Amino acid sequence: MTSGAEAVLFWCLAPLMVIAALGLLFARKAVHATLCVVFVMVCLAVMYVALEAPFLGIVQIVVYTGAVMMLFLFVIMLVGVDASDSLVETIRGQRLVGWLLGIGLGAVLVGVILRVSFPAGIGLEEANADTNPVAIARVLFGDFVFNLEVVGVLLITAALAALTLTHKQRLTPRVGQKERADARVASGESLVPLPAPGVYAQRNAMDVPALDPQGRPIEASVSRVLRVRGQERQAPLDAQIAHLSGQGPRGVGSGPSHDVDRTDGPGEPTADPSTPGAADTTPPRTTEEES
Amino acid sequence: MDMSNYLVLSALLFSIGAATVLLRRNAIIVFMGIELMLNASNLAFVTFARMHGDLSGQVIAFFVMVVAAAEVVVGLAIIVSIFRTRRSASVDDVNLLKN
Repeated sequence: MTSGAEAVLFWCLAPLMVIAALGLLFARKAVHATLCVVFVMVCLAVMYVALEAPFLGIVQIVVYTGAVMMLFLFVIMLVGVDASDSLVETIRGQRLVGWLLGIGLGAVLVGVILRVSFPAGIGLEEANADTNPVAIARVLFGDFVFNLEVVGVLLITAALAALTLTHKQRLTPRVGQKERADARVASGESLVPLPAPGVYAQRNAMDVPALDPQGRPIEASVSRVLRVRGQERQAPLDAQIAHLSGQGPRGVGSGPSHDVDRTDGPGEPTADPSTPGAADTTPPRTTEEES
Repeated sequence: MDMSNYLVLSALLFSIGAATVLLRRNAIIVFMGIELMLNASNLAFVTFARMHGDLSGQVIAFFVMVVAAAEVVVGLAIIVSIFRTRRSASVDDVNLLKN
């Protein structure tokens, strides 16, 4: 009945299929499990062709590996690849019972199949005389035509169900760029980007606040993280501005302070032992003079 | 080679799928276990069709494929909508009716 080549094909594919199916059971990541199942599906298609069902083999490739498993991959992408299994048992002993039931079911099924003596197979040469698809079409549209109609209704219902289930009704009007801009103007926030740190200060380090036209430091120009950590430094105040405005330097940082009252030229970099990386940022004027 | 080998393979795949449904907690993997069980039954159908020389088994397997496709569409839509509301794809987190 079955040829030797088919036996070779079977014994090559069947262990691989079982191993891949076990991969579904043991794979940690959902993507790996999906790829294992894709492999099982492709091998099943090859087996269908070997079992004289080439039409079903093609349909298996198209429907399962082409559509269903790609849909699975798509949903894994939507849900998140790192959605891993929790190892907490919500029902006590459920894992043990699951293993027992799975192995028991396999043992019972395999035992029954091995004990039954099947008749010698008839084969499909006679039934597939006009090629397999034609023969299947005769049966499908002859004996099973009502079932086919019902399945068509089922498919349409399923498509509608998927549409309604995943449809998200918009309850609030859409917030686009224009609405965001209007809201910002209405709230009276600053319309332009925040100034970069160090602008108009004598150093352009990240932790030195920018100076406004009055020479006062702008607190918002330093990164919020640095401010929270207390790593912000005070901007060195120009002596003339301090003299004109008649008020003391208004530093905003609580971090390592250095001399804000210094009156020497801008060329001298301030040595700060606690933050050595930020201390060597001299203004570009100095480098021009040196070069 | 006896054709019951195909049936043994089908039984093995079916029980692996059933164990997956029982043991895994990720809803998507549980769903793939169901798909594996449907495919194992398809293999048995096709084997029996060849054994009896009757194409009805292949037609039934074809119907199983169609129903499985519809089931996948609806099931994945349910998983996606649950994930939208609960931010989780684990079958343990769907316990609103518990208390």
